[in-house]
Amino acid sequence: MKYWRISSWSYSAQRIFIICAFSIIPLALLFTFAYLPVINMFKYSFTDWNGYSKRFDYVGFDNYTRIFSDPEYFKVFIVSLYYFVATFVQMGLALYFATILSFKIRGKNFFKGILFFPYLLNGVAIGFIFLFFFKPDGTLDTLMQAVGLGQYTQLWLGNPNIINVSLAGASVWRYMGFNFIIFLGAISSIPKDVYEASDIDGANRWQQFRHIILPSITRILQLNLILAISGAISAFDIPYIMTDGSNGSMTFVIQTVHLAFKYGKLGLASAMAVVLLLIVILVTLVQRVSMKGEE
Amino acid sequence: MNVNQFKYTIASIIKYVSLILAAFIALLPIVVILFASLKTNAEYANSSPLAPPANWLNFANYAKAFVDGNMLVGFKNTIIILIISIVGATLTGSMIAYVLDRFKFKGKKIMVAAFLLATLIPSVTTQVATFQIINALDLFNTRWAAIVMYLGTDIIAVYIFLQFLGSISSALDESAMLDGASYFTIYWRIILPLLKPAIVTVIIVKGVNIYNDFYTPFLYMPKTDLQVISTALFKFKGPFGSQWEVISAGIMIAIIPTMIIFLLLQKYIYNGFAQGSVK
Repeated sequence: MKYWRISSWSYSAQRIFIICAFSIIPLALLFTFAYLPVINMFKYSFTDWNGYSKRFDYVGFDNYTRIFSDPEYFKVFIVSLYYFVATFVQMGLALYFATILSFKIRGKNFFKGILFFPYLLNGVAIGFIFLFFFKPDGTLDTLMQAVGLGQYTQLWLGNPNIINVSLAGASVWRYMGFNFIIFLGAISSIPKDVYEASDIDGANRWQQFRHIILPSITRILQLNLILAISGAISAFDIPYIMTDGSNGSMTFVIQTVHLAFKYGKLGLASAMAVVLLLIVILVTLVQRVSMKGEE
Repeated sequence: MNVNQFKYTIASIIKYVSLILAAFIALLPIVVILFASLKTNAEYANSSPLAPPANWLNFANYAKAFVDGNMLVGFKNTIIILIISIVGATLTGSMIAYVLDRFKFKGKKIMVAAFLLATLIPSVTTQVATFQIINALDLFNTRWAAIVMYLGTDIIAVYIFLQFLGSISSALDESAMLDGASYFTIYWRIILPLLKPAIVTVIIVKGVNIYNDFYTPFLYMPKTDLQVISTALFKFKGPFGSQWEVISAGIMIAIIPTMIIFLLLQKYIYNGFAQGSVK
């Protein structure tokens, strides 16, 4: 019986056992749900498979040429630009509020909590909250009428020229708090005496921001920017829940999901997913390499 | 009042005005939903969205949303998935982190790289192919579909544990080995308890992600019995169409748990996200 107690084994036997036993499940999960889909996706992208029938044919690069030649498929990249620009607004606001809240200020914890809170909310709830916010005679219209801007109200979600601005705005509302809290954490890890020394030297707040805060959070800033760019290209939740891609709000991922699960064009959808994956990996690698170069 | 003082006062005013404005923008969209959720149907139709409800204790919409919207089922499924996924992620994540941090062996570098590289893959892009795998494993329309996805594709737990383990001295392991403790005992009795702060971070980061995730349950668990909070709420879009007072109550029911947890655990939540994001 004693043999079955692991503690009676030699350490070298235990070592082999524990390495295998502790790795097998995490590795199996990682392979099955992270890598296998990528491998399959590449394979499907060269086929005309509809996702359920028994047979399919290989069609070479047809799906890829279609994505880049048919405007219906590549115009979704233009929609990404709205979210991309919104990303910079989001970063700017987050940095501004993180900076002013890192100095002595009244009601610090209150403002910190309120600015961060939207990030924690359920995505579907946020979608509905902003449907109500933007609907005719909804929150925004009523507010504008109340302050005398009534004649400028729009069909925020009905006008194809504005819809992506509205949706990107909702996205800024949702994600700004995340960047804010990360920046705030990074800024507050700067030692206090650095500020005190610069105070003695007569530095003003702007100079402190420019020469103390900004340099010490460059890395975090870059990292967040990359995450946000990948996020902009893969925008899905908010536009899917709110408009399902109608009125010109179709994003890359909504398009992919529709093609794969609604129209049975799994081959084409896979090609789109491959393109998206390559873009995200490229952006991330560029950032990692440029960050290494600075160290 | 000299020029400097004047500048300082102006800066102060701008600072507070911008903060109050931001707080207003952050809260207003939610507050109007709270107002709407407490109004009767006629009251909602005849009042401005910005007007508070006549009766602050009118919970009729909440009862309707909760019962007709099947939100109890949603909460039940969300909690089951949440608990199994978090316990699973804590165990698998800490096990692999223990092996990768404490042992040297052939293929270790490749394993670390495999976990690192996986963070680059946005899971939303690979759904087209993941669907076939879930189907082949016969997991479609079961809770396990969501659970295995949360365990397999969200590598954040492994990261947090690896980072934290690096700061726990291996002298502890060695002295336990002198007492004859097995590697498993070292993991279970020494490493796992010491990982407690990291476990709190994992619970918070994964908990928020899972509670708010819409995509996975929507795609893999369409059955009504299996709906989670997100998908239960999403279904309000059809039958309640323009009954915004009921939809608003549904929204509030979905966000009240988040609000309570946030108020209770603020400090841990800030730290959790600050740590969880630094890769």
